[in-house]
Formats: sequence, structure tokens, C-alpha cells
Amino acid sequence: MKRDYFKISNKVFKSRLIVGTGKYRSFVETAKAVKASGADMVTVAVRRINILDKKKPILTDYLNPKKITYLPNTAGCFNSKDALRTLRLAREMGGWKLVKLEVLGDKKTLYPNMIETIKSTKVLVKEGFKVMVYCTDDPILAKELENCGACAIMPLASPIGSGLGILNKTNISLIIKQSKVPVIVDAGIGTPSDATIAMELGCEGVLINSAIANSKKPIIMAEAFKNSVISGRQAFLAGRMKKNLIAKASSPKKGII
Amino acid sequence: MAKIQLNGKKITIKTNISILELLKKYKLNNKKIAVEYNGTIVQKINYKKKFLKNKDKLEIVHFIGGG
Repeated sequence: MKRDYFKISNKVFKSRLIVGTGKYRSFVETAKAVKASGADMVTVAVRRINILDKKKPILTDYLNPKKITYLPNTAGCFNSKDALRTLRLAREMGGWKLVKLEVLGDKKTLYPNMIETIKSTKVLVKEGFKVMVYCTDDPILAKELENCGACAIMPLASPIGSGLGILNKTNISLIIKQSKVPVIVDAGIGTPSDATIAMELGCEGVLINSAIANSKKPIIMAEAFKNSVISGRQAFLAGRMKKNLIAKASSPKKGII
Repeated sequence: MAKIQLNGKKITIKTNISILELLKKYKLNNKKIAVEYNGTIVQKINYKKKFLKNKDKLEIVHFIGGG
């Protein structure tokens, strides 16, 4: 079989599973879970450095940005101005151009503000960023993002951190069908079977954070997600059987005694 | 002495020290951070050229775990 590459903006990744690095109990646990997940891309946030506590460990001590792709994210930004500021700082930190844009619209649902998101995408693309964009599962808005130059479309399965799984499979399928850039389901995945469903629908990848970090045993769960994404991708490539409304026997009738 | 705001906290520093000297004082690795000076991002090569004065606002950020 031809090797199945996962390509985002001309960069090839081994794993179709992208993992977040938030909410873990410690950096040791983060590093072990990332390793078990097999992911070669992780999302990270940009925050103020703790000046007073110099001995406090930092993420880069545990996850080497030279060995794993850091995907700076604008989590926590509620307007275009803050999102742009965050990603420009991320780029200054080490030349990161591949970024994840996430502009939130509401503190309770953490639903994306698509007007600010589209506005920010246009500016970032103009500045040379490769922008992977977190968005609603609306096919019209997803198309608009692609037209604005987004390098990956990242519709939510359900609200961030909710673990509710894919609420609208039809919309995700419509987005996959119409997109020429990778579609990666982001947010709301609760358990590995949800990730498998996303991959079976034809998503190019999935992004998981809470479902791993908030599980009882994150390192085991990370491996479960690794396997679920591989399974879903293989099933998609293999092409599922047709659904039948009536039964069809698996054994031949000929020779029945 | 100059009073500046560093990551939202008011601190007092010696007058006319550069961003580079301030980073050294706090033992911060240039490669792992980004600096914003009065709302404008400062390129790493300019850390030694930018001198801090009274009422300046400085933000120093880095990557942390996030989703």
C-alpha cells in the first residue's frame, strides 16, 4: 500500500493524532502521555513567564521543541487583537509559523467567534503564518476559512473540554467533502471511539487534550487514542461495507445438512 | 532608579539597563521567550539596544501546556 502521509502545509507528520499539553498533573505525566500517544505535534499556549519563581520547571525542559512540533495556540483569546498578539509573540519566540488560531466567543460554551476568527485568519495569512483554524461545524464558514487561506480546518466535535463526542456527523462529513485542505476534528472528543468515528468519516486527523489529560490513567488513555486514530484511518482507507436493512447470511446455503 | 511594569508587576530597576541585562538578571534564556516592550514586540537582536526607562511596560512570555 502507498504510504499514507499526513501533510499540513507541506510538512509531513507521522501521526494523525495531535495532542494538547494542558491539564496534566505534572510535566512528567505530560511527557509520558505525549510519548505514548505517538503524536509528533503538540499544542502549546503562550503565557507570562513567572519571574519570581525561577526554579519552577518549564514545558520545554520536558518536551523538546526540536524533536516535536510545537503548535502555538491562541487558547483564551476572545478577540482578534489578542489572538494576533499571541501568535506574533509565538513567532518571535522561535520562528513558529505553523499556528493554531482559536478565537473564542463565549466563556460558558467556549464556542468560537467566527467573525473574529475569519478576520484574524486573513491578517495572519497576509503576514506569512500557516494557520490551522478552530471553527464551528458550519460548512459555509469552513469554506470561507479555506478561501481566506487557512491551511487546515478544525471544526469542533462538541464544546471544548465537554467530552460529548461528535454532535453533528453530517456537518463534519459535508466539511470533509468540500475541503481541499486537511480537516482535523478539534475539541469535544471524549473517548477513543469518538476519535475512530471522526477518522472513519474521513478526517485527516484529530486533536485531543482533555480526554487524555482528564482520564484516570492518561498514559494508557494516550495509547488508546493512538490506536483508535490508526484504526479509524485504516477503516476509512479500506472503505466500510454497505449498510443493509435486512440480514445477509455470512455462510453459504449450499451443502446445508 | 526606574520604576517599570514587568508582567503586570511593578518593579524598580537601575536606570538605563537594557532588556538583555534585565533578562540576565532574571536568568532567562533568550531562546525560550518573547518580549513585548510598551506594546511592541522586540526582536531578539535588539534586546541589547533597547534601554529601559521609567514607566515602561514589559511583557515576557513563554510556552506553557495548553490545548
